[in-house]
Amino acid sequence: MAPNAGGVKTSSDAAEQDALPVPPSPVLARVAAIAKHASSILLTFIGLTAITFIIGRVMPADPVLAIVGDRASQDVYDAVRLQLGLDKPLIQQYLIYLSNIAQGDFGTSIMTTRPVLDDIIRFFPATLELATIATIFGVLLGIPMGVLAAVNQGRLIDHIIRIIGLFGYSVPIFWLGLVALLVFYAGLGWLPGPGRIEVYYDGIVETRSGIILLDSALQGEWEIFRNALAHLVLPAAMLATFALAYIARMTRSFMLDQLNQEYILTARVKGLSEGAVIWKHAFRNVLVQLITIIGLTYASLLEGSVLTETIFAWPGIGQYITTSLFNADMNAVIGGTVVVGFCFVGINVLSDILYRIVDPRAHD
Amino acid sequence: MTNPPATSAPGLKEWLLSDTPQSAAQARCQRLYLAWLSFAANPIAMLGLAIIVVLVVMAAAAPLLTGGDGTEQTLSNRLQPPSGAHWFGTDELGRDIYDRIVWGARITLYIVGLVGIIVVPVGLFVGTVAGYVGGWVDIILMRVTDIFLAFPRLILALAFVAVLGPGLENAVLAIALTTWSPFARIARAETLTIRNAEHILAAKVQGASTARIILHHVTPLCLSSVIVRLTLDMAGIILTAAGLGFLGLGAQPPLPEWGAMISTGRQYMLDQWWLATIPGIAILTVSMGFNLLGDGLRDVLDPRSGGSS
Repeated sequence: MAPNAGGVKTSSDAAEQDALPVPPSPVLARVAAIAKHASSILLTFIGLTAITFIIGRVMPADPVLAIVGDRASQDVYDAVRLQLGLDKPLIQQYLIYLSNIAQGDFGTSIMTTRPVLDDIIRFFPATLELATIATIFGVLLGIPMGVLAAVNQGRLIDHIIRIIGLFGYSVPIFWLGLVALLVFYAGLGWLPGPGRIEVYYDGIVETRSGIILLDSALQGEWEIFRNALAHLVLPAAMLATFALAYIARMTRSFMLDQLNQEYILTARVKGLSEGAVIWKHAFRNVLVQLITIIGLTYASLLEGSVLTETIFAWPGIGQYITTSLFNADMNAVIGGTVVVGFCFVGINVLSDILYRIVDPRAHD
Repeated sequence: MTNPPATSAPGLKEWLLSDTPQSAAQARCQRLYLAWLSFAANPIAMLGLAIIVVLVVMAAAAPLLTGGDGTEQTLSNRLQPPSGAHWFGTDELGRDIYDRIVWGARITLYIVGLVGIIVVPVGLFVGTVAGYVGGWVDIILMRVTDIFLAFPRLILALAFVAVLGPGLENAVLAIALTTWSPFARIARAETLTIRNAEHILAAKVQGASTARIILHHVTPLCLSSVIVRLTLDMAGIILTAAGLGFLGLGAQPPLPEWGAMISTGRQYMLDQWWLATIPGIAILTVSMGFNLLGDGLRDVLDPRSGGSS
């Protein structure tokens, strides 16, 4: 604070100049806006790597020990120490780290003795499959719930949907998963237990995409497809509780905004049916806004699956990170964190771009 | 809270609702009272408040409500189902689960309290300075905030705990590091709307320093939105803490942390359901309470959000 005391006025002027460079032409302004956007995304990615660098290399008392573990031989220790460049200045170490990441080199996992990137590629499809199905659940249930609540604002159904939403926000997902397993697997026996497929189906379907539903469907193994789908229902439903709550709440609030607009009144005065007013007029505008929300949900489910994967023995990236963590496998933890962070930011950027394309008002 | 006691009700109520307050203190009390009235009219918010009050009382009166501190083992009495003697049954070491739930309330409050104490000042500081000073300071501070905002919370907390080592304090630190950024955003947004307000300009003309203006004139006006956000975030903090506890990265045994209790109860899930089920209900109830309270507070303190009804 102190260095800026008295300099308030000049610095605020500078901010205004930064925000409004006089645009020479609309096209150039557009390009400048895109460039600004792109540079801020790039900065975010660099920031992500800086944080993980600090976590992995600066914070541990002995980063080499954190990576190789205390059972490693002196040779391995020295090799890793050299590879990390720990004798070099910190900023140089960071640049080495950054260039390694750019080349997809996250080091070697001591748990699996394979490159971390290979591991991540193997584990990621399971998480992707789970998060995708959960998002689909969330969208298919959350949007109608939100619309229903908005249309019946203040009535009983609105309150019930609000309570369901608050439940989704408040419930510890790992606990809900355990209870669901207890009821639907151990108690009623309606659904299979943890894991992606039954053990006796293992290895029948050739792994192509790593997404079992896709692989089994492509190879015509419908029995395995059904089995994998049954295994997906519980974990995806657990993961979807949060998605559903969030999507329903945002849909309701967007919908209320639209329903109070004058064009809705016009449509009603025109004598349109209530269904047409809600779905054809109000909802079409809401859908555009929902793109960002769905993107956010999808990204948060990719990371939120850590606990769900633990409960359901789901061999995804979350389980990979947690088991690595317990085996003091720092390379794997940091590598997984970077990849999930990149996906998280990447999906948000994509949904933002999609929003700009779909909504003409968002054009700069 | 500000609910007047019945004995002095007539005089006090008049004083609180008078159209012509005689002093600034009276006006302030009136504002609080009116806010309380509108809050109290919202049954959902009151339910949330009741849950939190019960939690606080439970934590404060834990020695009175229980026979021990929730860590005494009676191995001859292990895995007993709920009964008159043990309301919620006993766990795998013969510890009373009711006792552990009550003592666990302290840990839960400790975590959310500590995270709040770290996160609110940091968020306020970063947000008000960025918003008020502007320029490069703003750009740099907000860029850092955005990076933390962009990072998935649980994964980042996991990575922090992985390096710092498991434990209650480290879990608090990890959660705080991943939670402060939205507060900075909110504080900055509030600051931007008031930085050119007349009372700020008046203070500036009188020669108040930037630090003084931020501390005495800007920060107080940011508080209400920050508090609403904190209440709504409490549930998320509790869930993250419970998740870390469940993974064995939070409070360590024999501390009766609810998430860790679910984790040990998991092995006994099929035959002794109460071990894992009851702590989960406790977590659900408390985070629901904070969510309900936060919703209600937002309606009262932040009329711009349009309310929920």
